Amino acid sequence: MLNNKGRPTQPTTQSEPDVSIDTFTGNKGLELESPLIFEQGVPGRVGVDMADPEPVKSRLGGLERKGPIGLPDLSEPQVLRHFVRLSRQNYAIDAGFYPLGSCTMKHNPRINEKVARLAGLGDLHPMQPTSTVQGALELINSLAHWLKTITGMPAVAMSPAAGAHGELCGVMAIRAAHEAKGESRTRILVPESAHGTNPATAALCGYKVDSVPARKDGRMDMDAFAEKLGPDVAGVMLTNPNTCGLFETDVKKIADMVHEVGGYFYCDGANLNAILGRVRPGDLGVDAMHINLHKTFSTPHGGGGPGAGPVVLSDALAPFAPIPFVTHGENGFDLVEQKSGAAAQSFGRMKGYHGQMGMFIRALAYMQSHGADGLRQIAEDAVLNANYIRVGLQDKLNSPFSGICMHEALFDDSTLKGTGVTTLDLAKAMIDEGYHPMTMYFPLVVHGAMLIEPTESESRQTLDQFIGAMRHLLDKATAGETEYFLSAPLFAPRRRLDETGAARNPVLRWVSPEATDNEDASLSAAS
Amino acid sequence: MRYMPHTPNEREEMLAKIGIGSIDDLFTDIPEEARLGGLLDLPLHESEMVVEKNFRKLAAKNLSPYSVPCFLGAGAYQHHVPSVADHIIQRSEFLTSYTPYQPEISQGTLQALFEFQTQVALITGMEVANASMYDGATSCAEAVLMACRVTRRKKAVISGNLHPHYRDVTHTTLQFTEFETIDLPPAVTVEERFDDYINSDIACVVVQNPDFFGRLDDLTALADKCHDAGALLVVVVNEVVSLGAVKSPGEMGADIVAGEGQSIGVPLSFGGPYVGLLATRQKFVRQMPGRLCGQTVDQNGKRGFVLTLSTREQHIRREKATSNICTNAGLCSLAFTIHMSLLGESGLTKLASLNHSQAVILAEKLEELEGVELLNTSFFNEFTIRLPMNATTAIEKLGEKGILGGVPVSRLIPDDPDMANLLLVAATETCTTSDMDEFVAALKEVL
Repeated sequence: MLNNKGRPTQPTTQSEPDVSIDTFTGNKGLELESPLIFEQGVPGRVGVDMADPEPVKSRLGGLERKGPIGLPDLSEPQVLRHFVRLSRQNYAIDAGFYPLGSCTMKHNPRINEKVARLAGLGDLHPMQPTSTVQGALELINSLAHWLKTITGMPAVAMSPAAGAHGELCGVMAIRAAHEAKGESRTRILVPESAHGTNPATAALCGYKVDSVPARKDGRMDMDAFAEKLGPDVAGVMLTNPNTCGLFETDVKKIADMVHEVGGYFYCDGANLNAILGRVRPGDLGVDAMHINLHKTFSTPHGGGGPGAGPVVLSDALAPFAPIPFVTHGENGFDLVEQKSGAAAQSFGRMKGYHGQMGMFIRALAYMQSHGADGLRQIAEDAVLNANYIRVGLQDKLNSPFSGICMHEALFDDSTLKGTGVTTLDLAKAMIDEGYHPMTMYFPLVVHGAMLIEPTESESRQTLDQFIGAMRHLLDKATAGETEYFLSAPLFAPRRRLDETGAARNPVLRWVSPEATDNEDASLSAAS
Repeated sequence: MRYMPHTPNEREEMLAKIGIGSIDDLFTDIPEEARLGGLLDLPLHESEMVVEKNFRKLAAKNLSPYSVPCFLGAGAYQHHVPSVADHIIQRSEFLTSYTPYQPEISQGTLQALFEFQTQVALITGMEVANASMYDGATSCAEAVLMACRVTRRKKAVISGNLHPHYRDVTHTTLQFTEFETIDLPPAVTVEERFDDYINSDIACVVVQNPDFFGRLDDLTALADKCHDAGALLVVVVNEVVSLGAVKSPGEMGADIVAGEGQSIGVPLSFGGPYVGLLATRQKFVRQMPGRLCGQTVDQNGKRGFVLTLSTREQHIRREKATSNICTNAGLCSLAFTIHMSLLGESGLTKLASLNHSQAVILAEKLEELEGVELLNTSFFNEFTIRLPMNATTAIEKLGEKGILGGVPVSRLIPDDPDMANLLLVAATETCTTSDMDEFVAALKEVL
């Protein structure tokens, strides 16, 4: 029934329309598509106004470009609308719960963005005379102080650009330290549950990776570890808390044992969030540990970076730290940019300029906002939330390792056995419920692993609803509603994508339709 | 604390549900003697207002290069970034999403990456590009490793006119591998000769264009020589705006292009984060490091995008991966894509032309100063001059007058008396005629 203004007077009871109906535009209400930017241009449009160049005699040395580049011309509103439309096809922590284990998807405070853009911080040139950037160097020095205090370590290398880059820094420092003693060691011990970056990093430093199995309780197998230790072991790379979401209870023993054979203890600090203010890695015998500022200290992930991976170092490794670094003396702050003097033993430079300053600013703002009290609260609430989820799902999903977890709850897929539903299918059904799926199939030591990291940012209401949704889905799966899972997601901007096809016939760029006639078919766009 | 939602009551209720009595019971796996009883020796939490004030104070201790005449370059360039770019990258959906591992709900990031890869391939004249590296210097090092894998050879010849940071990072990256470099000395005024070094042992030659001193070279003949010897040519570009005006590395026969994309869309930010570009030929794609986004279709046949060829990567291949890189420069690559989309063909061409004309005008003004010698026969928007005095001293004196007058070469190539008086000077669309006149007048006084 409609009133005289054409508005319904009572809720409709009609059956829901078929969501698969195609519209003329391909859009569906607020779900708006945008073609590739290359398919939208009209030659002669401009998106940036600028002055006409003064006519000058070219000094390009005869190297002038002759042909066109092939970029499309667009106006500013077109470009803005294109990227706004694209943005709406993304899930984000700002929009919903993102329990991606091992990734620490926490709230990203906007004050951090604001201060990173202040004139005098965000716009500094890296090669300004140091006398004109004293505030920037003070900021780096201050962040270094926070990182050293939080970890209880005497030194920190600030320049690594991300976690894996930090690992490279730490393992290079280890190798440089051995070489300084005239030792050439060949092996690095890495637990099976480690992130793939650990073995990849060790290999890049010329080490043979020796994998250590996990014990039944999810920690590193101490017997196997002891057996593998020897004078040819350069060190061990251990994630703590580990990727099963567990604290390595034998961590001090591990440190002692590796030190006893003359090796070093590299700690993968990806999961530092869980222990902030509760324990300092420096008190556990760690020699090097990277800190993902984009995880623990909330510099935004940005769809895959940029990150920053400062590495705290023990006294034994500090002399080998990469250049550059900030020093402080009577004349204020300065930069050591060359491998001499204080940096004579440095293993070298890891990236251009001085580090990920934009991330330093955000991380320091985050730390100041939290303070010593807030940092400790982070760890407490993150671990509380993970255990709340663990307990909330423990009668529906199997925890491969019993007992209290740290910042993330790990489950295997034994509940799904025989249902025809896999961990992947379950994840895709979570998308329809409005969640970003948890980390799947990692760590490798657990079958069909589901690694759920809620972080401290989530309220109890969010967790309760998530637990409810997961229980609902698991009931559905065990009740035999397999088809529901196999067809998920239904409500995302795309249904499941053909990843095999993408890898078999890689189309890695757009090619103009005119060009495709003459080009190798593998380069051409498919549609 | 404003960022954490739980009330003390809620915490109590949650602990009860977990079946433990106190928060401390969550941390009993930590060895007792290492557990922290009290707080860390750091200040307590602050309000947003106080934090903002703290950072304003720090900012005030720096000289913003946008507030004074600035001619700094040396691999990082001051350009105008359109407001749209910075606005879009602050949208929650881009800023606060993770790596697009779930393609059905990450098409925004993925399509933007596909567009980024295409733009990078187009401007470099290459067939494919990856989804970014940390920065130009690390991209250069990865390009050398990649060339060694492709050719199964172990030596790379490094031009003396490669940005010293790029050279140093390559050294660092290679130092514990089976690969090594042959380093040529800087060649500021003479032509660099590679002939004696190119042979069947060489994996690649690495050259920068425009080079560290700003000079442009046609690399076609060098590419041919490399290819005759079965080696690759790696071309480094750290001022990508130049590609709007000059022949692309691909056109000259480059096999891998390693670039710094900062000039397009990314603020100077005191040296990072920037965005490393890496482009190559399709046939080498399986030896490429880093993420790649590819086009595919979904179940309904709709075009969509996914991360692909991940069997090259560390999360699948572990110690056999092509690189250990995981997080890259995602948001900076998005800023690049937006800025490049705004520029388009005509905009990039005009921006390049404007940069070049600014540099030519400034070079002509500086050349007129007594004792100042322009060392470049060719350049794009940056060139090297020899001063009749120590360049670092001159820059400090200019700094006192509120002018950022260039980068002394000796800051990057120290302990070489030939470099002491050399100054790198860059001019972009951001400098005005009066900026140039102020600079020239001040330099005249200093000399």
